[in-house]
Amino acid sequence: MPAVSKGDGMRGLAVFISDIRNCKSKEAEIKRINKELANIRSKFKGDKALDGYSKKKYVCKLLFIFLLGHDIDFGHMEAVNLLSSNKYTEKQIGYLFISVLVNSNSELIRLINNAIKNDLSSRNPTFMCLALHCIANVGSREMAEAFAGEIPRILVAGDTMDSVKQSAALCLLRLYKASPDLVLMGEWTSRVVHLLNDQHMGVVTAAISLITCLSSKNPDEFKTCVSLAVSRLSRIVSSASTDLQDYTYYFVPAPWLSCKLLRLLQCYPPPEDGAVKGRLVECLETILNKAQEPPKSKKVQHSNAKNAILFEAISLIIHYDSEPNLLVRACNQLGQFLQHRETNLRYLALESMCTLASSEFSHEAVKTHIETVINALKTERDVSVRQRAADLLYAMCDRSNAKQIVAEMLSYLETADYSIREEMVLKVAILAEKYAVDYSWYVDTILNLIRIAGDYVSEEVWYRVIQIVINRDDVQGYAAKTVFEALQAPACHENMVKVGGYILGEFGNLIAGDPRSSPLVQFNLLHSKFHLCSVPTRALLLSAYIKFINLFPETKATIQEVLRSDSQIRNSDVELQQRAVEYLKLSSIASTDVLATVLEEMPPFPERESSILAKLKKKKGPGAVSVELEDGKERGELNGGGDRGVPDLTNALSTPSPSADLLGLRSAAPVSGAAPSAGSLLVDVFSEAGPAAASAGVNDDGFLRFVCKNNGVLFENQLLQIGIKSEYRQNLGRMYLFYGNKTSVQFVSFSTTLNVQTKTVEPLVEGGAQVQQVINIECLTDFVDAPLLNIKFRYGGALQNISLKLPVTINKFFQPTEMAAADFFQRWKQLSQPQQEAQKIFKASHGMDTEVLKAKLLGLGTALLENVDPNPENYVCAGVIQTKAQQVGCLLRLEPNAQAQMYRLTLRSSKDTVSQRVCDLLAEQF
Amino acid sequence: MIGGLFIYNHKGEVLISRVYRDDIGRNAVDAFRVNVIHARQQVRSPVTNIARTSFFHVKRSNIWLAAVTKQNVNAAMVFEFLYKMCDVMTAYFGKISEENIKNNFVLIYELLDEILDFGYPQNSETGALKTFITQTGIKSQSKEEQSQITSQVTGQIGWRREGIKYRRNELFLDVLESVNLLMSPQGQVLSAHVSGRVVMKSYLSGMPECKFGMNDKIVIDKQGKGGGATGQSIAIDDCTFHQCVRLSKFDAERSISFIPPDGECELMRYRTTKDIILPFRVIPLVREVGRTKLEVKVVIKSNFKPSLLAQKIEVRIPTPLNTSGVQVICMKGKAKYKASENAIVWKIKRMAGMKESQISAEIELLPTNDKKKWARPPISMNFEVPFAPSGLKVRYLKVFEPKLNYSDHDVIKWVRYIGRSGIYETRC
Repeated sequence: MPAVSKGDGMRGLAVFISDIRNCKSKEAEIKRINKELANIRSKFKGDKALDGYSKKKYVCKLLFIFLLGHDIDFGHMEAVNLLSSNKYTEKQIGYLFISVLVNSNSELIRLINNAIKNDLSSRNPTFMCLALHCIANVGSREMAEAFAGEIPRILVAGDTMDSVKQSAALCLLRLYKASPDLVLMGEWTSRVVHLLNDQHMGVVTAAISLITCLSSKNPDEFKTCVSLAVSRLSRIVSSASTDLQDYTYYFVPAPWLSCKLLRLLQCYPPPEDGAVKGRLVECLETILNKAQEPPKSKKVQHSNAKNAILFEAISLIIHYDSEPNLLVRACNQLGQFLQHRETNLRYLALESMCTLASSEFSHEAVKTHIETVINALKTERDVSVRQRAADLLYAMCDRSNAKQIVAEMLSYLETADYSIREEMVLKVAILAEKYAVDYSWYVDTILNLIRIAGDYVSEEVWYRVIQIVINRDDVQGYAAKTVFEALQAPACHENMVKVGGYILGEFGNLIAGDPRSSPLVQFNLLHSKFHLCSVPTRALLLSAYIKFINLFPETKATIQEVLRSDSQIRNSDVELQQRAVEYLKLSSIASTDVLATVLEEMPPFPERESSILAKLKKKKGPGAVSVELEDGKERGELNGGGDRGVPDLTNALSTPSPSADLLGLRSAAPVSGAAPSAGSLLVDVFSEAGPAAASAGVNDDGFLRFVCKNNGVLFENQLLQIGIKSEYRQNLGRMYLFYGNKTSVQFVSFSTTLNVQTKTVEPLVEGGAQVQQVINIECLTDFVDAPLLNIKFRYGGALQNISLKLPVTINKFFQPTEMAAADFFQRWKQLSQPQQEAQKIFKASHGMDTEVLKAKLLGLGTALLENVDPNPENYVCAGVIQTKAQQVGCLLRLEPNAQAQMYRLTLRSSKDTVSQRVCDLLAEQF
Repeated sequence: MIGGLFIYNHKGEVLISRVYRDDIGRNAVDAFRVNVIHARQQVRSPVTNIARTSFFHVKRSNIWLAAVTKQNVNAAMVFEFLYKMCDVMTAYFGKISEENIKNNFVLIYELLDEILDFGYPQNSETGALKTFITQTGIKSQSKEEQSQITSQVTGQIGWRREGIKYRRNELFLDVLESVNLLMSPQGQVLSAHVSGRVVMKSYLSGMPECKFGMNDKIVIDKQGKGGGATGQSIAIDDCTFHQCVRLSKFDAERSISFIPPDGECELMRYRTTKDIILPFRVIPLVREVGRTKLEVKVVIKSNFKPSLLAQKIEVRIPTPLNTSGVQVICMKGKAKYKASENAIVWKIKRMAGMKESQISAEIELLPTNDKKKWARPPISMNFEVPFAPSGLKVRYLKVFEPKLNYSDHDVIKWVRYIGRSGIYETRC
C-alpha cells in the first residue's frame, strides 16, 4: 500500500500529533484531546458540507485518538462517506477507519457492505484490493455472509489482475479460518487448484496458502493439487537462480513458494502415481544435493532461505516415511547441521532428528550420530538446544545403546539445568526400565539417579523401582545389597532412604548372612537416617522395622526399644504415633506364626502401564508427544492396514506378562490408540447357580488348558481371537478378555453375554483392532460349573454366535500354604473321613517330566511342599481355597508311577465337594 | 514506620530516593512507577498495595511524593508526614516543582535525614529546622550557640528558641474554612461539612504563654449564663492541635493554652457538620429538546449578609460528550464553553449577599450511534467569602509573658475569616 505521500500530508493532523507528543502530563493530553474532539464535532455538525480533504483529516484524527485509547462514538458516517470517494488516499483512510473501528451497527454495516460491493465490482484493481483488504481485516461473520460467494468468483475470473487475485486468495483464506461453514468452495474447487499453474508467482504463493488450509480440512476434494504441486516444485527446484528474477531471493529461487509447496504436500500421503512420485523424489534429491553445494553467497539470508527449503523437504521426507534412501540422506544432512556454527540450525537439526529416530528406516542412521548428540548435551550453551539433545537421545535409544545413553544422561544430570532435571530423571528412569536386560543394571541406574538428582525424582520413579524389585526374584538380593551400600553414604537423599527402607524391610534377610550387613547393622543404618526424614518417610521406616522383627527375631528387643521410646510412641504426629503403638503391640502380642502371616513378603504387583510414562506424557502436554506414544499410534495405523496386528496381538497375549515389556505398553491395550477398553463388569460366581452348563454349542476345548495357567489364548477361529489375562487374589479375581478382530472388516453389533450378569461391550470392533473387556470375579462359595460367555456379532451380513466356558475354576482361589512335614501329616490325619477324600487313578496323557509336573502343580495355585513325603518321587501340596463364605483347607498328594505311566491322585479337604471337583480338574491335566 | 521515601517527576523519573529500612528493595521504586504513575487506568486511591508493599502518595502539581512501607503503619500518620514534608519544602524553597527539587536536592536529603529517623517521623517544625539546616552554607557557630541548638532541639519546647525579641509584638489569626456540599436538584442537602484551620502568625518576644478562646459549644455551655447570651455557639465534631498546645489542659478544662512557635503555625484543625451556613444556592434547570439540543438554565443565589462581598466565584456546568456547539447568555460576569474540560465555565468577580444571578445556555449535540445516556455530572462551584461558614468565632486570644515587661494589651492582634469552597456540587 502506498503511504500517504508528502505532498498529500495533512498539516492539521501533524500539528495535532506533535501537540499530543509535547504534552507534559496525562491531564494535559486529555485536555488537548477533548478540545480536538469538540472541534471535530462542531465540524461534523452537518451545517456545512465538508470537502473530502478535511473529512479525511478529521477521520484520521479520530483514528489517532482512538488508537491512543479513547472512546470514539461518532465519525463512522463520515468514514463511510469517504469510501465512496474517488481519491485513493481518501478511500484508503475510510477503509482504515472502518477496519479498525467497525461496530455491528446494522444500518452502518449495510452502507459499508454496499460501498465494498461497489468497489469489488469496479474495474479499478487498487480499489478492489482495498475492499478485499478491508473484508479480510474485519473478517467478521457478517462480512463472510455478504462476500463469501463473491470472492471465489473474483479469484478464478480470467480477467482479474494478478494483484487482486493474490488479495482475493488471502481474503478468502481469512474468511475460511474465521467461519469455515460459510465459505463453500464446491464448484470452484478445481479452478482454485489450477491456480497452482498460474503464470504469476505471487498468485501461486497466495493460492497455495488457501489450498493448504482448505485441503487440510477436506483432503479428498483437493487431491488433484498433489501432482500440480509436484510439477510446480520440480520446475522451481530445477530452475537456475536467474530464471525467476523477482522471485529469486539471494540466489534461491522462490524460497517461500517452495516451502509452502512442500508443506502442502505434507497434507497428503505419498503420491500413488509412479511418475509423480518419481518426479517428487527427484525434487527432494535435488534439494538435498543443493544443500551440499558450496553457498553462492556469504549472506545469511542466502543460507536461511536454502535451509528453510531443506528443512521443509526433510519434514516431508519424514512425513512420507517410505523412502529409506531419502531418510538416510536427510539424516546425514541433519548430522552435518549438528556441528554447524549456527545455534538455530543445531536446534532444528536435533528437533527433526527426534522425529527421524522414530522411523524404522532411519533409526539406525540416527544412531550413528550418538557421539555428536552426547557432545551437544554436554557442551551446548543454549538450554533449549540441550533439551532437544536430551529428547533426541531419548528417542534414539534402543537395546543396543541403552547402556551408553543412560550412562551419559546420568552423568549429564549432575550438571543439568534445574528446569529440565525432572524430565531428564523421568526419561532416564523409563529408558533404564525399558531396555533393562540385566536388572541389576537397572537397580544400579535408578539408585544412581536418586543419588544424583534426588530432589527431582518423583514419587512415581521410586514406586516403580520397588514394583520391579518385588516382581523379580532374581534382583532382590542384589537390590538389597546395593541399597545397603548406598545408604552407607553419610548424606543420602530422602528418596534413597525410602527405597532403602522398603527394600531392606522386604528383602533384608537376603543379605543378612554377611556379617557386615547383619540384621542389627541394617537396622542401625536405617535408624541413623530416621531423624533426618519427613513424616511419611518415617512412617515407612517404622513399617520396615516391624518387618525386621519378622525377618530377624534377634532384633526384636532393639526395635521394640525404639518403638517404645517417647519420640515414637508419644509422637505428635498421629500417623507415626499410631504406627508405633500398633507395631509395638503387634510385636509383643502376636505369635511368630501370626507375625509371619501378617508381615508376609509383599505379593507381586499386577502389571500395569508404567506410571512414569504417564507422568512424562502429562509433563510434556498434548503438544509434544513422546516417542512411545507415536510408536503406539503408528502400530495402530499398521493394524488398520492389514493383518499385521494379529501376530502382534498373540504375542502380547501368550507371553507371560512381565518379561515381554516392562512398561506394559503392548499388553495394556489402552495405550495403543486402536483398542479402547470396554466397560467392565462384575460377575458373581455362584456355586450351583448357573443353568445346566454345557449347552450344545459350548466350546470348551480351551477351558481345560487354563486350569493351571492364567494367561493365554482362549479361543481362536478365522475371524476372532479371544485372549485372556487374569489375576486372582484370595476370593477375588480380575479377568481381562481381549477380543481381536483378525479380519480387515469391522464387526458390527458386537455383544457378549455372560450367563450370570452382563454389560455391553463396545458394539463395534474395527478391522484388525482389539477390544478389551474387564470382568471382576468374586467367589462366594465353592462351585463346579464355570460361567458361560456368549459372544454375538455381525461379520459382513452373517450373525456369528460363539459360546465359551470362562476358565474360572475353583482352584484359582487357592492360597498356597507352606508347612513342615509333621504339620502336614497331622492335618492329613485330621481329614480322614471318607467323604473328605477323593482319589483317582489314571493313565498319564502327557510325559512324566518332573519339571513340567512341578510347574503344573504350582500353576494350580497350591504350595509344593518339599521333603515332606518319604518317597521323593511323590508330590505333596497344600493350599487354602478362599471363598467369601468360608475357607477350605486342601491337601494333595500325587504319586506317579513311571513304569506303568500311571498316577494316583489323592485329595483331602474339609469339604467333600471341593475335594471331588479339584480332583476331577487335576486329573485332566496330567 | 516508613521504609523509604521517593520523589518522582511527572514522567516517573526518580528525583529523590531515600531508603530507611532494609525491607524496601530497589525494585520498589520501579513498582510504584509501573503500577501507579504509568498505570493504564488512572490510580485514584492514595494508598496502593503492590506485592505486600504499601505505597502512600501525594501529588503536588507534577511531582509525586511516595512513602513506602512493608509494615502495617498508621496511614494517617504517613499522610500527615507527607503533608508536613511538603510544607517544610515549601518553606525552604517555595513552590514544589521539578526544577526546585533538582536545585535543592542536597538540602532535601539533609531535611529527610533530620525529619525521618529509621522511618520514624521526628521534629518537622520549620522554625526549628531552620535554625540548624540553612541554605546559606555553614556559618561557624560559637560553642554557646551550638549547645543552645542542642538543648532546644532535645528540650521540652522544641519548637521555639529562647531569646527572641521584637520591638512590636504582633499577632495574626486566620480562620480558614472550606465548605463541602452535595445538593440534590430539588435543593435538598445530601451531605455538607466544613473543614477549617486556625492559622497563627506570631511575632512575640520571649516565651509568651497564650490562651485561645472560641465559641465552642461545650465551653459556652459550661460557662452557662455568662457569655451564652451574646451569640450562637458551634458544635465541633473533631479537632486536632499543633504540638505546642497542652492537650492535658484541653482535656481537663477545654482551654487551649500554648507557647506558640515563632512565625507561622497551624494552631488547630477542626471539622463541623451541623448548622452550616451555605453561602450559595445553585438552582439548575436542564431541558432536553430533541436528540440534538439541550437547554440549561442555572440560577445562583447568595445567602449571607448583604454587606459582605463574595469573590472569585466560578460555576462549572458540565456539558455532554457529544457537544458540538454552545451559546451562552449571562447577565453578570463572563461565561465560556471550555471544550478541553467539557464544561461551561461562568466566572463572576464579586457578588454581594442576598443577590441572585442567572445564566442560560443552549447546547447543540451531535447525534451519535451510542445508546449510552449522558451521566449528567453535578454542577460545581468555587468561591471565597469573608466569614466562617461553620459559624466559628474567635472570642479571645490572651498573651502572658511574665519575664518581659509587655502585657496582653500591648500586643497588636489581627483576626481574619476566610470561607472557601471545597467540593461544592449540585446535581442537575
